Amino acid sequence: MVQSLSELQDIKQRFLPQINERLQSGVLAPPTQILVCTSTACVASGGDTLYKTLRKEVKAQGLDVRVVRTGCFGFCGLGPVVVVHPGAVLYCKVRDEHAPYIIRKHVVEHKIVQELLYENVSGGGERISFMYDLPFFEKQHRIVLENSGLIDPEDINEYIARDGYMALADVLARWTPAQVVDAVERSGLRGRGGAGFTTGKKWSFAAAEDSPQKYVICNGDEGDPGAFMDRSLLEGNPHAVLEGMAIAGYAIGAGEGYIYVRAEYPLAVKRIELAIRQARRLGLLGENILGSDFDFEVDIALGAGAFVCGEETALLRSAMGFRGEPRVRPPFPAQKGLYDKPTIINNVETLANVPTIIRHGPEWFAAMGTENSKGTKIFSLAGQIINTGLIEVPMGISLKSVIYDIGGGPPPGRKVKAVQTGGPSGGAVPADLLDVPIDFESLQRLGTIMGSGGLIVLDNTDCMVDIAKFYMKFAADESCGACTPCRAGVVQLVGILEKITDGEGTMEDLKMLEELAYDVKDASLCGLGQTAANPVLSTLEYFHDEYLVHVRDHRCPAGVCQKLLGALAGNTYGIDNLH
Amino acid sequence: MAKEKMSVTERHYLTLDKIIERHGDKPGGLIRVLAKAQELFGYLSRDVQIHVAEKMCLPVGHVNGVATFYSQFITSPRGKYTVSVCLGTACYVKNGQDVYNRFRELLGVDENGTTEDRMFTLRSTRCIGACSLAPLIAINDHVHGHLTVDDVAGLLGKYQELEAEEEAADIGAEPVRAAGHQAEVSPPN
Repeated sequence: MVQSLSELQDIKQRFLPQINERLQSGVLAPPTQILVCTSTACVASGGDTLYKTLRKEVKAQGLDVRVVRTGCFGFCGLGPVVVVHPGAVLYCKVRDEHAPYIIRKHVVEHKIVQELLYENVSGGGERISFMYDLPFFEKQHRIVLENSGLIDPEDINEYIARDGYMALADVLARWTPAQVVDAVERSGLRGRGGAGFTTGKKWSFAAAEDSPQKYVICNGDEGDPGAFMDRSLLEGNPHAVLEGMAIAGYAIGAGEGYIYVRAEYPLAVKRIELAIRQARRLGLLGENILGSDFDFEVDIALGAGAFVCGEETALLRSAMGFRGEPRVRPPFPAQKGLYDKPTIINNVETLANVPTIIRHGPEWFAAMGTENSKGTKIFSLAGQIINTGLIEVPMGISLKSVIYDIGGGPPPGRKVKAVQTGGPSGGAVPADLLDVPIDFESLQRLGTIMGSGGLIVLDNTDCMVDIAKFYMKFAADESCGACTPCRAGVVQLVGILEKITDGEGTMEDLKMLEELAYDVKDASLCGLGQTAANPVLSTLEYFHDEYLVHVRDHRCPAGVCQKLLGALAGNTYGIDNLH
Repeated sequence: MAKEKMSVTERHYLTLDKIIERHGDKPGGLIRVLAKAQELFGYLSRDVQIHVAEKMCLPVGHVNGVATFYSQFITSPRGKYTVSVCLGTACYVKNGQDVYNRFRELLGVDENGTTEDRMFTLRSTRCIGACSLAPLIAINDHVHGHLTVDDVAGLLGKYQELEAEEEAADIGAEPVRAAGHQAEVSPPN
């Protein structure tokens, strides 16, 4: 049991050398550590077996090398990723059969395995050895992800070596709860789940409630299909989330916390469960944390696949074991939440920001980003883009820079058409507006939202009407049915869009589509319904011509809409889609 | 054979009761219990739902309401292999729908349908968060990434072959593991 800050420091000093070694780049020395990414995407491409094979190989040859499993490096498209230290030499797409080769050539003979290095396709095809030299990392600013891909997420000592739980120890020893709330408010941190409400304010509402029982809930119901920030954080740096929750608990006077996480993320669940056990064993969760009189317990509440559960009142119902149907607010959860007790619900990324804010001070955090959007934001890049994966950038960076400088742009020969932000609740930013700085207000002005951080790149092979239809079908599937505008309205939107993509749409339908979309937006009960029609409204605004071509010429310029393919002789994209 | 089957079911019920004892009265306990029940029995049958309701002192209607609300829960038996085709946005824009259609065509079943030989169940699934491998599918827990329409027949063939081998060898144990853990990804650079 760790009883004080100095005991925590002792653990840090013990494990610091092995971590420090991983932070140097470009120095080639006899390898001592091999890091293997074992987050979902890399495991799916064989990272797990690779980890075991490397371990076996090292053991069989009696080498003095540590094989470490880590969280996501962000380079998911080229996984499984292996990094050899010291020097941070990054190998991509490493397969099981490459393991003995890496061991022989790099570890034993101290030579870099050229053919497994990253090939900079968009920069002339040179091979890059050192991880931190990759253009993918150059423009990133990794604060929340600083430990992801660096430490073993299943070893609490490595987190402590990175100043883990120091913020909690400091807060418990020297801060009043009100000071914590104040610091978080002054930092300017806003919710990373989508709406961007000021976190400190949310905390202050719950702190002001006079109740012996309060709750902290971590919202890990990452519902946006095509987004994987929360999953990666929970898998790669679970203790940061736990520490953030404990600090939040201390600030508002809560003794219990729940992590609501999707059952579709079994690895995240496993890592969090393990992290909770380890933190409890060291006395960093439980009773009298770090010798103080603060008690805080964390448990998991499993989500079971319902997009609406990302909405906080629906999440609360689901966390209590009911159907996840939202209710009218107010009362807000800060007044009446879990079991009608004051509850704060914060997103995974929001909570993972908290320990760093406490450690470095709110001013340090507020110095990053724009006037109203502070700090950094994690995005998951997917769709028609070369470097798919997970990135963290300072707020205010342009969407263009993210897509081209970090993401490497679209595949060769293709042209970016739009970028969907905010998932099913967001909208499409057209290619000619990609200069927009990434902050809450700027994106809102374009008719989309920051959302939780999913970025889907669409190119000339994607039909925007079809994309709108895709999102409406998703919303129709996921509507809980509690209110009519969403339950019935979205289905009607799907119907109209199907008519249009089938070539049977009229100008009248286009008008109806827009009117109905506004009705659903204005009259729905919860956030899901109120934002469900956004993809329709934003594509109608920016890609009206594409709708017109479908209606007037019965043609799908991208060659996606199957029933319109007959009118499409000569379009190569259409042929690809026929089978 | 029948006797042995009984005992397996009984054992599952015993395990389930322990889970109910452990998680039953925690917030969200019911969802956890149902998830475990599905893991044990493969699906949430009427009997299992009634059992859970009785043990947790809940109306059966409440348990059924929850079991049918969430997409993770299924209330009819599945085939030996569940083919889950991801139709999240990232997979959709990478032609996931075509891959799904190909499975539908080859298996001859619709959404949530099971083949007559009880081998395969087809379902579209929500995003599993490995979007960089899009389009991807999972057969039971085994993920196959960067799939094309042309890969589908071969992939199903592999599982059918495996099944035939298994029958021939008459072992029956751990067929899924034998399929290997390595996902189908494109070769390095």
